[in-house]
Amino acid sequence: MNDDNILEVRDLQVSFSTYAGEIQAVRSVTFDLRRGETLAIVGESGSGKSVTAKSIMRLNPEANTIVRGGEILFGQEDLLKLGEKQMQDIRGPKIAMVFQDPMTSLDPTMKVGRQITESLKKHLGMSGREASRRAVELLRLVGIPNAEQRVKQYPHQFSGGMRQRVVIAIALACEPQILIADEPTTALDVTIQAQILDLLRELQEKIGTSVILITHDLGVVASVADRIAVMYAGKIVETGTVRETFYDPQMPYTWGLLASIPLPTADRSRDLIPIPGSPPDMSDPPEGCPFAARCPYVMRICSTEFPEYTTFSAEHKAACWLHHPMAPNVEPPAQVGGAR
Amino acid sequence: MTEQSSNGNGAILEVKDLKKHFKVGRAYLKAVDGISLSIKKGETLGLVGESGCGKTTVGRVLVRLYQPSGGEVLFAGEDVHRTEGEEAKLLNRKMQMIFQDPQASLNPRMVVSDIVAEGIDIHGLAGSREERLDRVHELLETVGLSKEHANRFPHEFSGGQRQRIGVARALAVEPEFIVADEPVSALDVSIQAQVINLMTQLQKDRDLTYLFISHDLSVVKYISDRVGVMYLGQLVELADSDELYANPLHPYTRALLSAVPVPDPDYESERERIVITGDLPSPINPPSGCRFRTRCPQAVEEAAHVDPPWREVEPGHWVEACPCFT
Repeated sequence: MNDDNILEVRDLQVSFSTYAGEIQAVRSVTFDLRRGETLAIVGESGSGKSVTAKSIMRLNPEANTIVRGGEILFGQEDLLKLGEKQMQDIRGPKIAMVFQDPMTSLDPTMKVGRQITESLKKHLGMSGREASRRAVELLRLVGIPNAEQRVKQYPHQFSGGMRQRVVIAIALACEPQILIADEPTTALDVTIQAQILDLLRELQEKIGTSVILITHDLGVVASVADRIAVMYAGKIVETGTVRETFYDPQMPYTWGLLASIPLPTADRSRDLIPIPGSPPDMSDPPEGCPFAARCPYVMRICSTEFPEYTTFSAEHKAACWLHHPMAPNVEPPAQVGGAR
Repeated sequence: MTEQSSNGNGAILEVKDLKKHFKVGRAYLKAVDGISLSIKKGETLGLVGESGCGKTTVGRVLVRLYQPSGGEVLFAGEDVHRTEGEEAKLLNRKMQMIFQDPQASLNPRMVVSDIVAEGIDIHGLAGSREERLDRVHELLETVGLSKEHANRFPHEFSGGQRQRIGVARALAVEPEFIVADEPVSALDVSIQAQVINLMTQLQKDRDLTYLFISHDLSVVKYISDRVGVMYLGQLVELADSDELYANPLHPYTRALLSAVPVPDPDYESERERIVITGDLPSPINPPSGCRFRTRCPQAVEEAAHVDPPWREVEPGHWVEACPCFT
């Protein structure tokens, strides 16, 4: 494993067995997470971004999840090979997760303080008094006023934004090496979202945690991420630094995403170009490039073979047949990249 | 609050000092507390604000899903909450609504043709079964679906397609005014653009007037001619879309706009955010004077004692003139 990396995911393949057959949610996903960076995984619903994240935490439902292959390297270990007991020592103290809806990760019948001290006592072996003191500190750290009183309250006594702060406090309690944030601000209003994103950035600087941010919001990505991986139909179709991916995207799905979002900074004459059609059915994913059916530049080969990744820089890669030497030269729509 | 529509010319809808208070125990939750605006025929008025600001309640009062607690709504000069019988039925036909969650707003036990034709049946707009079916087919094609979809159930469709069904249902009764309450918020971005473009195209083709309610400021800017910003049951600013985004005056509008993340990394790294602290106060007991003063980064003492007047600072640019910036 490369020393700069805290986590390496190699050729991950995850399926779910359902009454409708096997859903191939993640189809050979490979990426690295560097120490101290924020990697954004973006994609639409059903692209496999959450399943990828949950695979790292081993939180996919055991009953019907089939890991078809791959490895998730964290330090010396392959997380996919660990037993449930060993995973419990990783979840929380080493890798923590924040979900979209804070209410799903908080226990409504338990005071907030106890929900924080729980992991401190279990994983760090703190005494009750020590843990309580630390809980107050943590609430302060995430910007909750009157922390001494607040630890004695229940989740329903907090607003949505404050609840998400509590969840972040719990996630960071043991200073994990990796924080996975799955749509952490999607349920929040923009002003509260801005507060939470600032908070995540600040805490990352203080604690040095590496962050995997799962989101569909490209605005959020532009404001907090260092690198980006674009997922479509269970595959990473493009990855690069945030600047490379936004200003010099190299494949039509990324173009489509960027051209279909309205910009608050652009004037109203800028047309939105929707991506026609809808994503493929993952119980029977198409052979070849999964975007072929919606791609305006589709060629014959696209529907038969998934393209190799073409490398554009140290970080920037994309999977698209348009980069084959025999492919026609195609310009992205004017809305993309240079449209600033 | 003073009246604000400039001259009433061409206004299809006029809202005057509208209030909607909900009884909560012994107290009243002031969801909408004195809003005046007018919407011109053929335009799109966007209404933005954070959850709990009352934007959805405004939409629902307008289409008569709620009775107002005060004020009035005039549609083509007629007070919509004082009409009865046939007149009321006609108003229901002229004013339609598109909801946020296409899953929740379509009856799962009805096939698409019955969902779309429900309004046609109620208002007796089709003379025969064939005509009814023709209308349904035509509507489905108008919104980008096909005839074959008519006999399917809502669960057989994707989110974007369901929202198209919702649009077809609204169009079925040939409305003039549509309240669209977060119509694209539940959709993925690539699908969002499809529905937005559909709505703008329909507006052009059928001369529709929209009230477009959303918390997504980028979408609202794109689709709206004018935009109103709500905070705690009141309008704080209203202006032409481009003007509002280029030249916001009210501290709340400015904070709200500065919080919107822009999908442009260079812009994001250079921009300065106006951070507003704290949470929304309770609409049961809103702050006196300027309602935003408890979270306002530039709050002044005086703002607690005076109700800021609703003032036109530039032609067409209205704002609650709080002493903190005037």
